[in-house]
Amino acid sequence: MLNEHAAHGTAAAGQARGGGAITREEVAHLARLSRLALREDELDHLATQLDDIISAVARIQEVAAEDIPPTSHALPLTNVFRTDEVRPSLAPDQALSGAPAAEEQRFRVPRILDEEA
Amino acid sequence: MTIIKKTAAELAALIASGEASAVEVAQAHLDRIAAVEGSVKAFVHVEPETTLAQARAVDDRRAAGETLGPLAGVPIAHKDVFTTSDMPTTCSSKILEGWRPPYDATVTRRLREAGLVILGKTNMDEFAMGSSTENSAYGPSHNPWDLGKIPGGSSGGSSAAVAAYEAPLATGTDTGGSIRQPAAVTGLVGMKPTYGGSSRYGLIAFASSLDTPGPLARTVLDAALLHEAFSGHDPMDSTSIDQQVPPVVEAARRADVAGLRVGVVKEFGGEGYQPGVLARFHEAVEVLESLGAKVVEVSCPHFTYALPAYYLIAPSECSSNLARFDGMRYGLRVGDDGTRSAEEVMALTRAEGFGDEVKRRIMLGTYALSSGYYDAYYGKAQQVRTLITRDFDAAFEQVDVLVSPTTPTTAFPIGERADDPMAMYLADLCTIPSNLAGNAAISVPCGLADEDSLPVGLQIMAPVLADERVYRVGAAVERALQDRWGGPLLAKAPQL
Repeated sequence: MLNEHAAHGTAAAGQARGGGAITREEVAHLARLSRLALREDELDHLATQLDDIISAVARIQEVAAEDIPPTSHALPLTNVFRTDEVRPSLAPDQALSGAPAAEEQRFRVPRILDEEA
Repeated sequence: MTIIKKTAAELAALIASGEASAVEVAQAHLDRIAAVEGSVKAFVHVEPETTLAQARAVDDRRAAGETLGPLAGVPIAHKDVFTTSDMPTTCSSKILEGWRPPYDATVTRRLREAGLVILGKTNMDEFAMGSSTENSAYGPSHNPWDLGKIPGGSSGGSSAAVAAYEAPLATGTDTGGSIRQPAAVTGLVGMKPTYGGSSRYGLIAFASSLDTPGPLARTVLDAALLHEAFSGHDPMDSTSIDQQVPPVVEAARRADVAGLRVGVVKEFGGEGYQPGVLARFHEAVEVLESLGAKVVEVSCPHFTYALPAYYLIAPSECSSNLARFDGMRYGLRVGDDGTRSAEEVMALTRAEGFGDEVKRRIMLGTYALSSGYYDAYYGKAQQVRTLITRDFDAAFEQVDVLVSPTTPTTAFPIGERADDPMAMYLADLCTIPSNLAGNAAISVPCGLADEDSLPVGLQIMAPVLADERVYRVGAAVERALQDRWGGPLLAKAPQL
């Protein structure tokens, strides 16, 4: 079952390499940038689906919009400021209440130094 | 049985007059949940003791002579995207399984202040990404009209709960149609307020420039009452509009369209639309005409590019927003065996904790934002967003409201589009433009399609901050159609 699925994915990804919007190698790169440790069969399946989606949304290129300003937000916004005053905040035990691991009122995390580049 | 069939306005009146207590009303709904939840699966979390404690508190406040809001004591189903300090909040994701937030969302806080009694947290597509609730890590909800069909999404647990009489009201959030589409396919009223009209503080972010909290209800007036209860300026949300809430309740009571100019969006209809949906839509337009509205056809040429623009903008914002789920501060952590680095643990956690659609959108957004593609995709989509807003501006110079079908089809079978993302995305074809432009839009029931006897929604769109206008038109259509049907559309739904 899994092999069949993977084989189908590879074939479709092969097509993508032959002129589609996105290659399987690009999908693997995106997964790394997105911090998603995906399995090989997931990469194959996603390559096909992302290729379909990107091909469909690429239709946006048809629109003539040379001098059109971009909209990042629906409403005109200006910066909103508040006065800089001390206000109550979460107590340490509240802030740490959902932590997967905590120690001495701190989030305990895996090592972050000496990582491979 | 009588209590659960009442509208929120009727329940509030019963409670205010002392004919029923908030506890009795809450218990009736908890009993209904116990009876039908096995087949509807609208909720991801129900905690009767917490619910009854809230109801008792409302009864105590009333007994102490406190003046309470117009919905005090009325139960509500709350979408699991809003943080709740006394119930878990998961966004229907494995990555947040069992998480109990240390604070309430502003919407949650305002529900409590208004004396609404929270029955539980409703199922949704994971992180609000989807149109069917099939992307929930906890399994799909079922449409009370036909349990084999989807209840819409992402607020599909909310729509299922209200349509199954498990709750008279529910909250939802609408990023591309996630309130209006579920309302349409379950025969309910669902409203996307003007962006910034309701607070996003404590609403777990999917696409911040689009996410909008709003109400689902069985009547237009109930939706307006809930809209008014949780909307308004919030200093905790920098995109919140610092103005009075539009007079939506007054408009829902007024229900009058004489002399109003109504524009039918030319681009939404024809190929790809189910004939029964179009038939009910055209009838609703005739109803508006018979009530004295002036109907004209209006062209919004860039609306056909709203879908591709949305599927670049929303995933881009999602890929950034969901970076916070890193397995460090809350939620799931996978693979922390003392040998792996933080980055490896993050990647394993995210791969295990997110479902397929969330992974797809994170990667699509990462792609659209990457150098070399940014201008062609994200940049272009933002320009198209401007053109869509200009289409709305031009249309609203000619007409007071725009109308279209809410969705191209009625509810589809569970499983039919689950592994075909592009087919699923089409469900939001008509609802997306109002998210991109930020204006107000509502869906109200307009009948059953002949092919499958499933509900059809009429979408009514109004300019930014003219939310009252869609309630006025929606209530007029509701009144006229209910006269024709001899009661609410939901009365035609099969017994559960």
